[in-house]
Amino acid sequence: MNWTKHDYEDIPGTYVFDGKHAHGAYPLNKLLFSFCEESNRDEFDRDPAAYCDKYGVAGKYKDFVLNKDFLGMLRAGANIYYMAKMAIPRGTSVQDAGAQFQGITTKEFQAKLLAKGEGLVERLEKRGGYWNG
Amino acid sequence: MAKIIGGITSSHIPAVGNAIANNLQQEPYWKRFFDGYKPAQAWLEQHKPDVAIVVYNDHGLNFFLDKVPTFALGCADKYENADEGWALKPVAPFKGDAAFSWHIAEKLVEQEIDICTCQEMLVDHGFVNPIRALYGTHEVWPVTTIPLAVNTVQHPVPTALRCYKLGQALRHAVESYEEDLKVVVFGTGGMSHQLQGERAGLIDVEFDLETMDRIASDPEWLTKFSNSEIMRRAGTEGIETIMWLVMRGALQSNVKVVHKHYHAPISNTGSGVLVLENTL
Repeated sequence: MNWTKHDYEDIPGTYVFDGKHAHGAYPLNKLLFSFCEESNRDEFDRDPAAYCDKYGVAGKYKDFVLNKDFLGMLRAGANIYYMAKMAIPRGTSVQDAGAQFQGITTKEFQAKLLAKGEGLVERLEKRGGYWNG
Repeated sequence: MAKIIGGITSSHIPAVGNAIANNLQQEPYWKRFFDGYKPAQAWLEQHKPDVAIVVYNDHGLNFFLDKVPTFALGCADKYENADEGWALKPVAPFKGDAAFSWHIAEKLVEQEIDICTCQEMLVDHGFVNPIRALYGTHEVWPVTTIPLAVNTVQHPVPTALRCYKLGQALRHAVESYEEDLKVVVFGTGGMSHQLQGERAGLIDVEFDLETMDRIASDPEWLTKFSNSEIMRRAGTEGIETIMWLVMRGALQSNVKVVHKHYHAPISNTGSGVLVLENTL
């Protein structure tokens, strides 16, 4: 087994979802995908460990799921969109997860996002050609 | 004959659907974002396209990772929305046009774009939210739709150049159809954003604005970027912006720019609305 290296692998703080991740974390992503069905979400909530066993999610993957360790899951190969199926209905928004990834509060994460839009109206005016309110 | 009258871009993030469902469009956080859709809505109202081809990516509703088609075309008379795991009420089903879809599939394959055909296709927020932002929410949607799904979720994803070529082939496919139909192409997703990892929260306004300007006037600029380069600048989920090139490829080279609207941040993303019109 010799996974081909990619030039995106040195992007910091980034886990590009490719074959290597998709292969290793296939049972985990299958479990996450199953949450599209309400009955599966309920079954998971009744006994998360048994649900992991049913999907063959074991070892570190199972620990990450049981501990709701989203960064751990991500690094292990969970797809972010599939992970959202577990996180969002359980009260962790995509912004909460982003904050967790960085070890900051959601408020701090949101403030960093808002800062990206500072001076936008002036910037668009200068650039020209944009609708601007 | 069928004719592509123009193309529109739109973000498709879930937060947009939630804002519409909760009637938040005039709240301070959302106002500028939604007000910038009004000229696009007016253009649609004026031109009344019969069919919208919606270029989007499935986020794990219709496709699981067991089979991931690079390009997939809906070839049905009806497309249903469904629960993506968030227990939201699905919107009303969308009307398709199977005969037109199969014509497009045939003509794409003739042009060596070997597309996956889908006779059943659930459509997720990537498809639904641009339509809701552009038309409002309806029990009977005011436009017939054709979903065109592009894999931007599991790498390898197609190159920007391949998406542009798909668009060029799509124009020929659409405009060789005998029925007199006015067709609009929606390029959805983007712009810069990254949801995952310690780099989550990335937005690159400069790259987004350059992309919007170039998509309008010089789309080949974006086709020269590798996917790694796009992800480095625009984030892993920002790769969705390559789908705009499918829309752009389906238009004439010197297109009329009807409307340009950019807003950031909205949820975790930079958001761009372009309305481009074919004049030939």
